[in-house]
Amino acid sequence: MEEKKLLIVSASPHTKAPATTRSIMLDVIIALLPAGIAGVAIFGLRALAVIAVCVASCVLFEFLSGKVMKRPLSIGDLSAVVTGLLLAYNLPVTVPLWMCVIGAFVAIVIVKMLFGGIGQNFANPAITARIVLLVSFAGAMTNFTAPKALDAVTTATPLAALGGIDRAGDIPAQLAASDLPDLLKMLFGVRGGCIGEVCAAALLLGGIYLLIRRVISFVIPVSFIGTVAVLMFILSRGSVTYTLYELLGGGLLLGAIFMATDYSTTPINTLGKLVFGIGCGLVTTVIRLYCALPEGVSYSILLMNVLAPTIEHFTAPKYFGYVKQKKEKKAKKEKEAAAV
Amino acid sequence: MGNYRPDAILKAVKKGRGGVFVSHHKLTADMETVRMPAPERVVLPMLQHIGAPCTPTVKKGDTVSVGQVIGDSDKFLSVPIHASVSGTVESIADVKLANGTMAPAVTIVSDGEMRLCEDLTPPHVETKEDLVKAVRASGLVGLGGAGFPSFVKITVSPDKPIDTLVVNAAECEPYITVDYRECLENSWNIMNGVYTLSELLGLKRVVIAVEDNKPEAIKILKNIADQDIDKGNIVRLMTLKSRYPQGAEKMMVLSATGREVPAGKLPADVGCIVMNVGSVAFVARYLATGKPLVSRTVTVSGDCIKNPMNIRVPIGTSMKDIIDFCGGFTAEPAKILSGGPMMGTAITDLNVPLLKSNNAVLAFTKKSAGLKKETQCIHCGRCHAACPMGLMPTNIEKYALLKDAETLTKMGTMVCMECGSCAYSCPGGKPLVQYMRLAKSVIREAAKK
Repeated sequence: MEEKKLLIVSASPHTKAPATTRSIMLDVIIALLPAGIAGVAIFGLRALAVIAVCVASCVLFEFLSGKVMKRPLSIGDLSAVVTGLLLAYNLPVTVPLWMCVIGAFVAIVIVKMLFGGIGQNFANPAITARIVLLVSFAGAMTNFTAPKALDAVTTATPLAALGGIDRAGDIPAQLAASDLPDLLKMLFGVRGGCIGEVCAAALLLGGIYLLIRRVISFVIPVSFIGTVAVLMFILSRGSVTYTLYELLGGGLLLGAIFMATDYSTTPINTLGKLVFGIGCGLVTTVIRLYCALPEGVSYSILLMNVLAPTIEHFTAPKYFGYVKQKKEKKAKKEKEAAAV
Repeated sequence: MGNYRPDAILKAVKKGRGGVFVSHHKLTADMETVRMPAPERVVLPMLQHIGAPCTPTVKKGDTVSVGQVIGDSDKFLSVPIHASVSGTVESIADVKLANGTMAPAVTIVSDGEMRLCEDLTPPHVETKEDLVKAVRASGLVGLGGAGFPSFVKITVSPDKPIDTLVVNAAECEPYITVDYRECLENSWNIMNGVYTLSELLGLKRVVIAVEDNKPEAIKILKNIADQDIDKGNIVRLMTLKSRYPQGAEKMMVLSATGREVPAGKLPADVGCIVMNVGSVAFVARYLATGKPLVSRTVTVSGDCIKNPMNIRVPIGTSMKDIIDFCGGFTAEPAKILSGGPMMGTAITDLNVPLLKSNNAVLAFTKKSAGLKKETQCIHCGRCHAACPMGLMPTNIEKYALLKDAETLTKMGTMVCMECGSCAYSCPGGKPLVQYMRLAKSVIREAAKK
């Protein structure tokens, strides 16, 4: 007898949207490309080496730890590539390559895989790795070179040059006295800083791509950057130029567009995202202006990552047809009273 | 003509109501409904509606004619079942339905004559009560898919006054074109149904809702809404953005009236009745002819059906006969659905009969059967963004696996209508509707204890 093929039975729906985890990660990689290309163009081929080592070691660590933990092969979803890119973008071009490998180990093995792999980590892997490296090797991690300086002339990042708001003095005078590139150079990234954070134009381009592809929502980037902008504008007593230097100067755009929008470590509801973004902006501003550190984007995102589940819990939207419990109880009591 | 109520829009924006854009695939939109001849035999399950099953009122060997009552129940939530072909009762036995449950069914071997039952006369309807009685006798259940007995909807209790009827012609499920064809081919009945219902039920407002991707239907329905007999201009047309699940009952009530149906309540609790456009047309036809619900229109489509079309089929015809009538398969089918791709049921074998509430038979090859490998949740939030009920399916899944009934109840799990928007948009290919059902069963189990 001819064997009849059985029909497939599964729960509805029987049609699915084309997006997969892999396609989403591919979109993020595409969005990250302009900033990487700009980084290589600005800092030279060594930037490419840093990026390559970070990506390769992230993928390798994901593969190896998956094998050791006997988990299904997960490098196909490309998320390790994204982590590797983000890690590299957060490092200065002069960083020793073995440090990249340590960073990748922290990001993938400790932060991501030990907590259950993609979607399960409570902190952003790339940011945590950067902070671990920054704390462990402060010298190498803050050794910023000037663009295209083959002889590795050390330079300060614009934020370090600014050193916060001169509280007593005159902001324009402070700007003039600081050794800063002009704003156009800042926009295109001709300044000292990490590989991927310098070219604001490329980062914005990537952000627009992600918004068009609906990979990220605008809520976190806008509220994060917006909070920083508003606070800086007020605290600098209305200096637009100063605010622009703060927005373009550090890792704000890279952080707000690519790292604070990481799915696993941010709330999924809109109100939660808004609170998350504003929180990031507040912490960043406070660290930049009132702490000993010139930059605070990484710390702010890490802190808010830890708070994300709590934020999500307290900002969860009311579902359709939600009836306030108190009212119900009251109505019950009234009914009971009426019955008596 | 105010199509949208501003407060409804505000409410929708404020709450960020989800929904998804699903490609329409309305292949059969321009195909006129074809009448399918009587099949060799029909199987009429005694449970074709939500509620109590009927008891057969015929015996093996009885001769029956079209429209004759063959099953009824004295329970409130139940409607009679009528013979859909004329012939002889072959057997009364349990059969498996599309959803996998077993139900007693009457099998009738057709004599091919489709002889109408002689007792059928148009009902005499003057009051609301007459109408309710007549609609029950007609055997009508919601033709849109859920299969809720229609007479219950229009049974108005004095403490819940009804002022609005929403006629649902949205048809937001892909592939299905049954309601669309109804608008084009049966506009006279729709119009009669709308005005009869609004007069007998004493309604203040009738809203005919249709999605904006059906311009032909909009033209016809607008004409119905603008008739001169509508003295107080109570009948209005509302065009909706085509976005799934726009046709869901609670969504319709919200967009038509701005009223939000409370969790665990029905549209009647906010003064609304929602009826499928096909059901409205059927009421008018029944009042004119007295012929009960013995056949219905279904869309037969999908990528491996030879001739996709809309056909009028006797209730109880097997899926196999229906597909054979449409030319059979062009390729190996991997999945066959009773109903639409978003909410329909995948059937296990082709012998299951067509029920009153089935609006489509779809067959898909493996390529388009919506099979995605399940991977880990990446917490992207697409399920939450897509949920029209504002739920967080990914979190509900976690608590369902933990069997935490209390938290699940707090999260509003029970308002889920299983529209499938979450699972549709999940990049991890998670069967979220299945998890939602699991979550509901966890709550039900806990309530039993």
